Amino acid sequence: MNVMSKDVDAGLTEKISVRNLKFYYGTTLALKSITLPLYERQVTAFIGPSGCGKSTLLRVLNRMYDLYPNQRAEGEVLFDGENILDPKQDLNLLRSRIGMVFQKPTPFPMTIYENIAFGIRLYERLPNSEIEGRVETALQKAALWGEVKDKLQSSGLSLSGGQQQRLCIARTVAIRPEVILFDEPCSALDPISTAKIEELIDELKNEFTIAIVTHNMQQAARVSQRTAFMYLGELVEFGDTKKLFTSPSDNRTQDYITGRFG
Amino acid sequence: MNEHTVKSYEEELKLLDRRIAQMGGYAEKLLGQAMDALERRDPKLAETAVASDVIIDQIERELQEQVIVMIARRQPLANDLRHIMTVLKIAGDLERIGDLAKNIAKRALAVAGESYPKPLMTGMRHMTEMVQSQLKDVLDALTALDADKAMEVWRSDQEVDAMYNSLFRELLTYMMEDPRNIGICTHFLFGAKNIERIGDHTTNIAENVHYLVHGVPITDDRPKGDKTSSTLITPR
Repeated sequence: MNVMSKDVDAGLTEKISVRNLKFYYGTTLALKSITLPLYERQVTAFIGPSGCGKSTLLRVLNRMYDLYPNQRAEGEVLFDGENILDPKQDLNLLRSRIGMVFQKPTPFPMTIYENIAFGIRLYERLPNSEIEGRVETALQKAALWGEVKDKLQSSGLSLSGGQQQRLCIARTVAIRPEVILFDEPCSALDPISTAKIEELIDELKNEFTIAIVTHNMQQAARVSQRTAFMYLGELVEFGDTKKLFTSPSDNRTQDYITGRFG
Repeated sequence: MNEHTVKSYEEELKLLDRRIAQMGGYAEKLLGQAMDALERRDPKLAETAVASDVIIDQIERELQEQVIVMIARRQPLANDLRHIMTVLKIAGDLERIGDLAKNIAKRALAVAGESYPKPLMTGMRHMTEMVQSQLKDVLDALTALDADKAMEVWRSDQEVDAMYNSLFRELLTYMMEDPRNIGICTHFLFGAKNIERIGDHTTNIAENVHYLVHGVPITDDRPKGDKTSSTLITPR
């Protein structure tokens, strides 16, 4: 694996450090000893063909895999220095600090307002007035406020796909996480909605540490500062996005991003 | 290297290579014709040379259009992106080389009936041959993706510059010997400068081949030997 030169990393803090991470689905090894950093207030993109392990890696970062039997992780994932793979890790707390946005928008069958307030109430007991403020701020950060401020009591399901996805981002942001994981957030969206989400990710990185899995190479090139290319459960190349998309170090990376295999 | 999953993309890239090789071939030929016309004071050949620059310009326009369409349709990355951008830049250099050679052919037309000091052509011929062989080498390096060979060309341009300096002195000498030489020698002086400029474009191509192959630009300063624009050259 090629790790970029040290001077490129200078001044960056590792918010999450993945170290020698192995992941098993039953007896199948899906991640073969992955080591990489997620830098604070940077967007890290994960690319690679289907089945390469990029979504698996994302699901490890907030222990999503705990929901399923026979899945286990080995190694370390340090989050501000603490190993989140520790069995004693408080998962509710972890998931409030590391939020996730999925491929398909997943609004709850509730009003727009409740979609966001519900999440806040899960983690915090706040007076209604304060929740109102948090809902508005979250919707503003998700660039949705202008479009929904007059219909907060309408169902979240009445929104378009792109709006629903931004609603989900607002729901995640409202909980005030430190890290946001995006699992192909635009794959079900049209180009305009996609552009809005990309613009949003760019804004959000000023406040949050972001990881994004995407099948769209140009999207990875546009939104991220770091890119990780994974193949067959291995991390093939990790580095500066500009460098990786203009002159990658590994031939497998080159073949993949130029459409020669995968 | 593996082929693209999309075959038409592969075809488009190969077409770029074929066209740029063709363009290079025309540029080489045009330079040879222009110098032959100058040496033999052959206005017919000079006119042929002038006319063939039109083809080079046309290929450049075609390449430019194809590159723009490819960027829009394929959104190239990594080596494909470097490949496509390099072709565009090299086409620009070859187009300039064509123009400079054409300018020599025009001067050949201007001096067709005149006589000039015989030894003069020896130096011009030698310098042209140097640049021609560098142009050929750099085009071969491009086809073979041979960055080392391209770098040899890049370094050897210094010899062309040295040749130009001595030719410059020689021309001044002829002018001083007999003022009637001034008119024709001035044409030769510009002709020599054009050849020296063709050498510079050749080194640009070499730099692009290096970038295409290695993905990093050359950061060293190229050794430059043309002193005529920065110092006062006196005749020998």
